[in-house]
Amino acid sequence: MTITGRVYVLGDNIDTDQIIPAEYLNLVPTIPEEYRKLGSYALAGLARTPDQPPFVPPGTMATPYAIIVAGKNFGCGSSREHAPVALGAAGLKAVVAESFARIFFRNCVATGELYPCETPARLTGAFRTNDQVVLDLEANTLTHVDTGTVHRLRPLGDAGPVIAAGGLFAYARQTGMIAAPPGEGGADAGPGAGPDD
Amino acid sequence: MSAAMTMTEKILARAAGKQGVEPGDNVWVRADVLMTHDVCGPGTIGIFKREFGKQARVWDRERVVIIPDHYIFTKDDKAHRNVDILRVFAGEQGLPHLYDVGTPRYKGVCHIALAEEGHTRPGEVLFGTDSHTCTAGAFNQFATGIGNTDAAFVMGTGKLLVKVPPTMRFVFEGEIPDFILAKDLILQIIGDIGVDGATYRSMEFAGEAVMRLSMEERMTLANMVIEAGGKNGVIACDETTRAYLRGRTTTPFTPVENDPGARFLVEKRYDARRLEPTVARPHSPDNRALARELGDVQLTRAYIGSCTGGKITDFVNAARVLKGRHVAVDTFLVPSTMDVSRGLRVQTIDGRPLLDIFREAGCQISLDASCAACLGGPRDTFGRINGPEVCISTTNRNFPGRMGAKEGQVYLASPYTVAASAVTGRITDPRELLQ
Repeated sequence: MTITGRVYVLGDNIDTDQIIPAEYLNLVPTIPEEYRKLGSYALAGLARTPDQPPFVPPGTMATPYAIIVAGKNFGCGSSREHAPVALGAAGLKAVVAESFARIFFRNCVATGELYPCETPARLTGAFRTNDQVVLDLEANTLTHVDTGTVHRLRPLGDAGPVIAAGGLFAYARQTGMIAAPPGEGGADAGPGAGPDD
Repeated sequence: MSAAMTMTEKILARAAGKQGVEPGDNVWVRADVLMTHDVCGPGTIGIFKREFGKQARVWDRERVVIIPDHYIFTKDDKAHRNVDILRVFAGEQGLPHLYDVGTPRYKGVCHIALAEEGHTRPGEVLFGTDSHTCTAGAFNQFATGIGNTDAAFVMGTGKLLVKVPPTMRFVFEGEIPDFILAKDLILQIIGDIGVDGATYRSMEFAGEAVMRLSMEERMTLANMVIEAGGKNGVIACDETTRAYLRGRTTTPFTPVENDPGARFLVEKRYDARRLEPTVARPHSPDNRALARELGDVQLTRAYIGSCTGGKITDFVNAARVLKGRHVAVDTFLVPSTMDVSRGLRVQTIDGRPLLDIFREAGCQISLDASCAACLGGPRDTFGRINGPEVCISTTNRNFPGRMGAKEGQVYLASPYTVAASAVTGRITDPRELLQ
């Protein structure tokens, strides 16, 4: 599977308050309208530099970026699942970072909202916001389209199939670990499948 | 025979029904307690119903604890709607442990409430939908923060897949000087190892200086494990632990100790006698400096509250500095729980109730216990930073925008240092005022 699109470049220690400021935690991710609203606030707390475009353009509900490239400890701070949900609801597909905070990584996998890919080398200087890239999740590479430079990523291992299935519950059903809910048609599938009613 | 294990490994082995586990093992562990609150509870309940069915029952009514605490004293409609969702769910599931808003059972900040109500039992496993769930590690409990989806899974099954973390051990030897508090110890450690220095790891606090701390001070240590990226914190159980829990729980518990020969990823030793009042500068908890080095930093505000620095001990310590003095900047005080709030009237220094000491000092005091401005919250939250304030705070995080406006700057420090700085209006080593 490959993901193609533009990158948004960030630094180290992008914490959950920058990803989704606490004032928006009154929104409940499982309520569809509020899920979409969370997306519109993704990275609203970012302390942006003057030349940095907003992640979600004003007046829109989604981001034009497919992939974030970041430094160390992405997603540190709170355990709020609203963080990967907001990024996923905005339309982001993956974060490529040198390292992730543990709970954020786990929440990406459990929700299936995002692929959290680790890079052994620091890539924040190798890309600029708006560069076109191709993320290949089978070859574990991130390719800069204009220069053709290929960067190697660490394999996602067992987390990959869980995200591809649509998260922890969808994966558990797909693999027979748990049964479908009684009287209902099974769970959502696919990354960013989002909330149910 | 299995290999020698650390405390964290032993709790996880027991909860997994195994003789032994090793760091890196992925094991299914049985949860003893699942805690959620008003910010993550509604989403957790939504996933629980979506995945297990609308008629599904939680795995064990006695083990689900619901503590609304984040957005309580606000006019925000959705915040009230979220507490209603918790209320309806607890009603339909018949959950005995809902500490509901507007009732005599209302507590306030979940991590302190869990301890006060005896849900923090040695040797057990606690999962909570809040990163500061690690606070309960002070009680020899394996306690860690999880997201809504994992919490919904626990709610339905009582189990969670956990990777066993290796343990980093922090030993404090010697006697802690009387101007040093647990907050100084943990800021020292985070400054040493960084905000990702314990990612995927357990942090044990040990040594005579730690074991001489009160339970509330031990909670401050374990509370900020997450600020180093840690999975859990852990402290041995002793008579201090048992004394705190006596009268709070009748549930029998079995503490764990490190096995002789247990292996640690690292063991760092500190001489407690050499510690100095420590501050984390904006915008990261590992941006360490000594209070005495920051005397040029002019403040506009001080804040005392939260799971980290809003316990009764924290207010007693602040009052020791503020007694008979007047604050030079806006100083906001928010008790973590209603027990602490009541304690402000009951606890005295030289016969003066803490509340009177704070009022005479010119502090702005909310008697409504909650998380309040520690994490900003809705715009009308008491003490929230709404502009370019420079604040010194007893809370836990100072990333950009943590307490509200992105333009704000937050310095983290102990209740002594925050109180001393409130008096002078600049960052102040409490030794200047504690003499």
